[in-house]
Amino acid sequence: MDLCKLDILTAHKALINKEISALELTNAFLERIKKKDKEISAFLEVSEDQALKKAKEIDEMIAKGEKLSLLAGIPMAVKDNILVKGTKTTCGSKILENYNSPYDATCIKKLKEKGVVILGKTNLDEFAMGASTENSAFFPTKNPYDLDRVPGGSSGGSCAAVSADLCCFALGSDTGGSIRQPASFCGVIGLKPTYGTVSRYGLVAFASSLDQIGPITKTLKDAEIVFEVISGKDPLDSTSIDFQFSPKDIDLKNIKAGVPKEYLVEGIDKEVKEAFTEAIEKAKKQGIKIEEISLPHTKYALSVYYLIATSEASANLARYDGIKYGFSSEKAKDLQEIYFQSRGRGFGKEVKRRIMLGTFALSAGYYDAYYLKAEKVRTLIKSDFLQVFKKVDIILTPVSPTLPFKLGEKINDPLQMYLSDIFTVSASLAGLPALSVPVAFKQNLPVGLQIIGKYFHENTILKVGRVFSIRDTAKD
Amino acid sequence: MIDKKQTQHIAKLARLDIKEEELEDFQKDLSKIIDYFNIIEKVDTSDVPPTFHPTEEFLKIGMERMREDQVFSLSPEIVDRLIDAFPKKEKRYLLIKSIFQ
Repeated sequence: MDLCKLDILTAHKALINKEISALELTNAFLERIKKKDKEISAFLEVSEDQALKKAKEIDEMIAKGEKLSLLAGIPMAVKDNILVKGTKTTCGSKILENYNSPYDATCIKKLKEKGVVILGKTNLDEFAMGASTENSAFFPTKNPYDLDRVPGGSSGGSCAAVSADLCCFALGSDTGGSIRQPASFCGVIGLKPTYGTVSRYGLVAFASSLDQIGPITKTLKDAEIVFEVISGKDPLDSTSIDFQFSPKDIDLKNIKAGVPKEYLVEGIDKEVKEAFTEAIEKAKKQGIKIEEISLPHTKYALSVYYLIATSEASANLARYDGIKYGFSSEKAKDLQEIYFQSRGRGFGKEVKRRIMLGTFALSAGYYDAYYLKAEKVRTLIKSDFLQVFKKVDIILTPVSPTLPFKLGEKINDPLQMYLSDIFTVSASLAGLPALSVPVAFKQNLPVGLQIIGKYFHENTILKVGRVFSIRDTAKD
Repeated sequence: MIDKKQTQHIAKLARLDIKEEELEDFQKDLSKIIDYFNIIEKVDTSDVPPTFHPTEEFLKIGMERMREDQVFSLSPEIVDRLIDAFPKKEKRYLLIKSIFQ
């Protein structure tokens, strides 16, 4: 049995049947990280001692015959913008290079209560701003399927780690596609839940009205298992909603899927289009009804997204002032200089670019034309979805317009990099749940399908995903 | 299109030290991106309200109806960690440069 290839459910069964111990399982992953992560660079920090200690605790529980939760003893990885006590949380930034997490994020607290083994923290684009993980201040992560290519981003480290079997599952965060696009590039499952279903307490804020934590897994069943644990109302996050996910069976024959005509026009790789068409055929064979739909405001979504995300980021990142924590310029002569120098030297280029874009959109004279206008067009984008969801249950689109691209290919052209998010930003703006499922390999690279659901209908998209996933092996 | 002077002004508002040699790059990038953003000008948004919060309708307490103020106590361990993170401190106080001449 190759322990590192096990999904959560299979590993859990092996643990309770005493075929393997939690310590063996954790050691297998730690060994594999030592061997494989030199080339992939998914991890920023590996917390070996903590992981081994936890695994031993779980083994003691097994020895005593205590009941184990599905996640007890399961080794996982955490994107490095989520606080885990006892680890650093760097956000892939020099400004937080030495920042120690003072407490656990709510989702981490919940997962720890279930007995997970945390292997370490994974790489990301600085402050989750990017689509390739090349914006990390430390090093880029490589795509496990082709080391010359990017894993996508910003949750590139988490997705590469799951894909390369360096962990059993991982957590990521998604603001405009940061779970879904790297999941597609790395051939794994990635769920961005309905906005508000997972507490953001302990997630370093990028764009507060868009950020959402979600699972990155090897099977759809695993995504259900993790989402069930991390969802729910949290008094520490005022935007969190009173919703507790619980999986149930559905009849695929009653599912109607919409394919938006606006998504399949220009600028899509031939291979991506091919994979998408094949997936639609597969759906029809399974009895899912396919209907062409229209989301007329789609062409404005990318602009609206980048205006809102950068505006919120410019406000959120104002807290990094070199005073309370993080990098603080030693050379500064007065208070003003501490701000300017700490931020000027602590932030990387893309973060500065976005802070400036947001500052511009919020500044006097431009607020109405840019920020407020974007929030109004957001209303129209959301109503497009509400209209369409009166007729269909799910919406199918590609995840990314391209296959995983080469390292360095887009790093000097920010607008080209932003266009990577063109299919994922709309669901984020509307706060809808959306899933990335691997459906094909083209030129030996994975291609994902995006399934967007109605609010709180994660169960539907996760069940429909099973029709398409070429990775799913776990059965209930 | 924004010029170098405007770029400098935005950097100042954002409290970012930008080196002279970086300024041109930022000016070009920002101009190109803002030009792209201008597409939203064309959308008719008269009588359309803004959506600041995408799922507000599902909250039991709306943005207008705030909850009662409550005091949460933070464990002393967390307080210690927060103090540990101060770049400069004296005992348990945060030390900053003097702001009066």
